[in-house]
Amino acid sequence: MGGEELSNSRLGSLSYDPAPESSAIARLRPSYGLFIDGQFTDPSSHDQFVSLNPANEEVLATVAQSNREDVDRAVASARRAYETGWSRTSGAERSKYLFRIARLIQERSRELAVVETLDNGKPIRESRDVDVPLSAAHFFYYAGWADKLDYAGFGPDPRPIGVAGQIIPWNFPLLMAAWKLAPALAAGNTCVLKPAETTSLSALLLAEILQQAELPPGVVNIITGDGSSGAALVDHPGVDKIAFTGSTEVGRLIQQRVAPSQKRLTLELGGKGANIVFEDAPLDEMVEGIIDGIFFNQGHVCCAGSRLLVQESVADEVLRRVVRRMEQLRVGDPMDKNTDVGAINSSAQLARIQELSAFGESEGATRYTSNCALPDKGYWFAPTVFANVSQSHRIAREEIFGPVLSVLTFRTPEEAVVKANNSNYGLACGVWSEKGSRTLWVAERLRAGVIWANTYNKFDPTSPFGGVRESGFGREGGRHGLEAYLDV
Amino acid sequence: MSDPRLDVRKTYKLLINGAFPRSESGRSYKVNAHDGEFLANVAQGSRKDVRDAVVAARGVQAKWWALSAYNRGQVIYRLAEMAESRRDELSSHVAAAEGISVLEAAASVARAIDRIVWYAGWTDKIAQVYGGANPVAGPFFNFSLPNPSGVVAVVASQESSLEGFIDAALAPIVAGNTVVALASERRPTPAVLVGEMTATSDFPAGVLNIITGVTDELAPVLAGHEDVDGIDLSGVGVEQASDLNVLAAGSIKRVYRPRAHDADPARRLRAFIETSTVWHTIGQ
Repeated sequence: MGGEELSNSRLGSLSYDPAPESSAIARLRPSYGLFIDGQFTDPSSHDQFVSLNPANEEVLATVAQSNREDVDRAVASARRAYETGWSRTSGAERSKYLFRIARLIQERSRELAVVETLDNGKPIRESRDVDVPLSAAHFFYYAGWADKLDYAGFGPDPRPIGVAGQIIPWNFPLLMAAWKLAPALAAGNTCVLKPAETTSLSALLLAEILQQAELPPGVVNIITGDGSSGAALVDHPGVDKIAFTGSTEVGRLIQQRVAPSQKRLTLELGGKGANIVFEDAPLDEMVEGIIDGIFFNQGHVCCAGSRLLVQESVADEVLRRVVRRMEQLRVGDPMDKNTDVGAINSSAQLARIQELSAFGESEGATRYTSNCALPDKGYWFAPTVFANVSQSHRIAREEIFGPVLSVLTFRTPEEAVVKANNSNYGLACGVWSEKGSRTLWVAERLRAGVIWANTYNKFDPTSPFGGVRESGFGREGGRHGLEAYLDV
Repeated sequence: MSDPRLDVRKTYKLLINGAFPRSESGRSYKVNAHDGEFLANVAQGSRKDVRDAVVAARGVQAKWWALSAYNRGQVIYRLAEMAESRRDELSSHVAAAEGISVLEAAASVARAIDRIVWYAGWTDKIAQVYGGANPVAGPFFNFSLPNPSGVVAVVASQESSLEGFIDAALAPIVAGNTVVALASERRPTPAVLVGEMTATSDFPAGVLNIITGVTDELAPVLAGHEDVDGIDLSGVGVEQASDLNVLAAGSIKRVYRPRAHDADPARRLRAFIETSTVWHTIGQ
């Protein structure tokens, strides 16, 4: 069923009244300094760059561009805090700080959700129901580890590493900050966190929360800026550990740069997740899972199910249903509580999605794009599905990091496994089947850090997340997530 | 100088199924402070009270276990928040009960609250620490999960009125059990305060039931109760413990007895866990 046919049908004409969340709840300051040694520096002492709302290109605030000296001061502050107290603070006391942070995130959840959506472009429904609650849960979970490290399976009395430099991406700004900070602090490290250039604001709000929690100065420092700030942090000799989440391209550079040093490194990089659908899969749940797997967070998800592998016998039916469901997604104002798909985070990312999608067409795949109306201002890309994709197509090999799904087919479980593993990446896969033994058979053979069965894009603080091969190494979440921050 | 204002005194009641009844028997017993001064007439629970409490604990156990581990952790953490704001009150009760200085009592209360926080963090760790995948030789996915035993009776420490009570009463709850706890016979009021705090901590009614009264009268009722799955005998002497052990054997109860050198504070957590192992085939 084509998009036009659908929009003329009764289903396509269903509309909702706007249900906007209030942007006033954000209470943003006009400009921000860096968060070093427990204090915000004076914004006027730094070069400033703007943080835009990608949904309308309006300026939300200006943010400090940290330079080499700023990074120096942040690392020195973290070192001081490490040596003078934090590394000797008892696990019970660290635990209580982390519980405080978890509670403060819960208390200020609505404000955090609004800031996240304004700055990132993701639907308010997602920041409200996913990003913020999961962030609080992550702190809550690792709070509980701080005084139980002896039980974590890394030997008695495991020690922290030291000062951790942490660089996070723009797709889940607050959640990634939580994933980095919570285990690091629980294990007794101090941190210098660098948010992504386009999404600094929720991290700066988190800095206020750390002040309210009375976390000792220097235990967490937050330096905003572009890639040069991140590079300065990676290169800094006072940093003992680098944790990076972002593209494989940058991850490779970081691994090369820290190679001559003794720095520890964990990398959570890109992916090209295969969502494998067998003919016996529960149809309705599977369609929802496919849609959620690729269009959740505009497809700005490293573990997105961006390659759909469908068993041939059901391929036509699955494609028809997926395209129909895609047409029903509400694309637009991220602050509207009914919005399913929000804005692309930046013009640069939009350009990349457009470029790769154009390759999809020129290489011969069949394109289905939602007929949704897109706003005039801001960065937007209509949800898109490519059928008749072959393994050699760029849209089957490269991470698009946008709302674009490539559909391929297979006949046997062996073929599904071979095709799923035919990627340099190995972050996440999905398997859809009612037959548990087959799901486990496939799961055993998939080279991926996370495998979802009859679901997709599920995250929990207790569950380890991370990739194999060029999707990186190290795990975040769960007992395993502690290892990245322990000297073991 | 005495205060010109007459203070309002509290009635110390039982905690059964989220409510605070006097004993159905109408009995109470006199509790003195450590220095012999009258402290309160505390409800003297009966066999019937104990049985009602077991019914309440049984009734809510599946519901408590069905909550997410994260949710259970937050409920227990909430108890720490409530206890923190009533620290002074707890301290004065611990000081009076145990005959220690208010300063020492305050330190004991602080340790007790930190212990609640420690427990709060355990709810979503138990499965990872004590469960796991088993590499069986064959095409099977095999994993073991720690499940709660069910309803656990706790005969709390007679000496350590708060710390001992918290330690024993919360451990089974953290693991997903529900509890009927006998407070210290001569030093029951700190435990009664903890019970009151659970009422403002989102504890589902019946998860923690607290009975005050005469240990010799009530402990055998719990040890012999057919619908109790485990018992913690922290608060009974060696001789009495072996009698209770015999009673407990009647329904194959899990029995926890403190050891002279308990190296692992998590032993109590492990005491009331049942490991359940799942085999699932692997194949096309």
